[in-house]
Amino acid sequence: MNTRNSALVVEDLKVHFGGGRGLFTTKPTVHAVDGVSFSVPAGATFGIVGESGSGKTTTALAIMRLVPVTAGRVTLGNTVISELDKEDLRAARRQFQIVFQDPYSSLDPRKRAGEIVREPLDLMQIGTRAERDAKVADLFEQVGLRPEQRALFPHQFSGGQRQRLGLARALSTEPDLIVCDEPVSALDVAIQAQILNLMARLQRDLGLTYLFISHDLGVVQHICDEIAVMYLGQIVEQADRVTLFTNPQHPYTKALLAAVPMVHGNKRDRRNRIRLKGDPPSPVNLPKGCRFASRCPMAEPRCHQEVPELREIGAGHKGACLLI
Amino acid sequence: MSAPLLSVDDVVVDFKTRAGNARVLDHVSLEVASGEILGIVGESGCGKSMTALSIMGLVPSPPGKVTSGSIRLEGRELVGLSEAELCEVRGRDIGMIFQEPMSSLNPVFTVGEQIAESVRLHENASPKAAMARAVEMLRAVEIPEADLRAKAYPHQLSGGMRQRVMIAIALACRPRVLIADEPTTALDATVQAQIFDLLQDLQSETGTAIILITHDMGAIAELADRVAVMYAGRVVEKGTVDTVLSDPQHPYTKGLITCVPHLEPEPPLVRAPLPEIPGVVPALTELGMGCAFAPRCGNRIAQCGEAKPPLEATVGPHLTACWVAGP
Repeated sequence: MNTRNSALVVEDLKVHFGGGRGLFTTKPTVHAVDGVSFSVPAGATFGIVGESGSGKTTTALAIMRLVPVTAGRVTLGNTVISELDKEDLRAARRQFQIVFQDPYSSLDPRKRAGEIVREPLDLMQIGTRAERDAKVADLFEQVGLRPEQRALFPHQFSGGQRQRLGLARALSTEPDLIVCDEPVSALDVAIQAQILNLMARLQRDLGLTYLFISHDLGVVQHICDEIAVMYLGQIVEQADRVTLFTNPQHPYTKALLAAVPMVHGNKRDRRNRIRLKGDPPSPVNLPKGCRFASRCPMAEPRCHQEVPELREIGAGHKGACLLI
Repeated sequence: MSAPLLSVDDVVVDFKTRAGNARVLDHVSLEVASGEILGIVGESGCGKSMTALSIMGLVPSPPGKVTSGSIRLEGRELVGLSEAELCEVRGRDIGMIFQEPMSSLNPVFTVGEQIAESVRLHENASPKAAMARAVEMLRAVEIPEADLRAKAYPHQLSGGMRQRVMIAIALACRPRVLIADEPTTALDATVQAQIFDLLQDLQSETGTAIILITHDMGAIAELADRVAVMYAGRVVEKGTVDTVLSDPQHPYTKGLITCVPHLEPEPPLVRAPLPEIPGVVPALTELGMGCAFAPRCGNRIAQCGEAKPPLEATVGPHLTACWVAGP
């Protein structure tokens, strides 16, 4: 295993959309990500879970510099990703790559599989032409595809194979960090296991650091070392994979865990679990106090007034709630 | 079990394709009693949605065709009914909830009008009475401020609310069978839990039979009474949810249960790799003589490649189609 000590550090990341001046009005500001901080040790997998609109994908895209960062710092090893510009940013992209959710739309249908995986090598001018060819063949084998499949087009692959291609493309520049945005959500259940096992093997062999975005708590529990739960642009709870599931503290985390149907163990009493009502408030008009207060079954009057800070509530366990 | 309300008996559906004949349903038999929830589970392409479409008489034809078999609702044969007769059945006797609430609602009508439409058609209700029923249905699916929301267009509602509207439409004429095709796939976990609770509440009030189509064993465990596991157009295992989940007989069912990382209340410290089902679902035009799962099966014996195993009882009413798992 390579010994790479670079780790991802995200400090007070904010991504706001809109807010520009229209002809007569000021456009509303969407607080997609609003002050997110975490760090990932090298070789570890950090998971972000949350429902749609929680800002988990925007966090991933901001770290990848694929959406403009409004404020905050993102550091990978010794590189401050969030402050790079133009050519420096392009060159630094070698170190961090992304695997997208939809293996159908994230591969160019007019390119052959070999070209798709080779493109980052060409763009980054890595190695000689012959070395690049050998590297592509090598990558195909690493992700469990046959080298002769390089000549095929994306539509000739199944969904799972396409996600393998996406992984091979991300691996081609030998990055330190791979951001995985819901990499298995679009796949059939039997294929998910194949891809998750492949990702775990690649991490072990290559010492990769993963930032893993998902809404599927079962998958996150399986693959991540540390997990942050996001709600409306902020982290509400963060802990290692065992603590978060055995000792959840934030009412939102509890509700999220209770909402997942269980296959094993005795059927829980459906009437006694925490049932959330309604939908999250809009990220345009944010409530004054705790953002979860309007749906929280335990909310007290002060929750609607005071903003809870994300604070230490146990060894390596952080929570943002006034009541814990 | 009481007499089945809806029975699907030995149904075969064929699709003519350029690659040859694809048998998308291969002698499928299912039954659901009133007040019961039957789960159908399987990967994409296994025929679970096609089962729903054949019950609704919505198999796209051509290229598809119900080649043989019978589908009976309270003894009345549905296969071979004319389009006009089927229109009477759809919506009134059998309601259906589709997977994608956004694309299955009409964007240019208010949700109230869309619910009222089926009441007007099937019960000859006056527009006013139909709209009153629509508001009542919206209240039943727990949409707040139902009389205001009835005047909203689909784009003004969240995904969870749209799916509630779909349920309201499907239940507006109090059908005896409700088919829910992946009703929560597009929704978040907390909203999914709300919809599951709602389906269960509505069912205990009305006694509607529900056919729940899903790929999620967790959803089956949570909601269904009985389950049918489908693979490549065939039912490979069928039984009560408790017996199938705790004691699966077919290797495909076992694989489906173990290959998914389920949320554990006490996660193990050391993570073993997930058990995989190797390979992919075969093309339906390339099925051989034998068991369709044999190429991916670890317990394969010579017989598996030669003939398709019949669906037979292993333990009591628990049926399995496997040469190896047999009694």
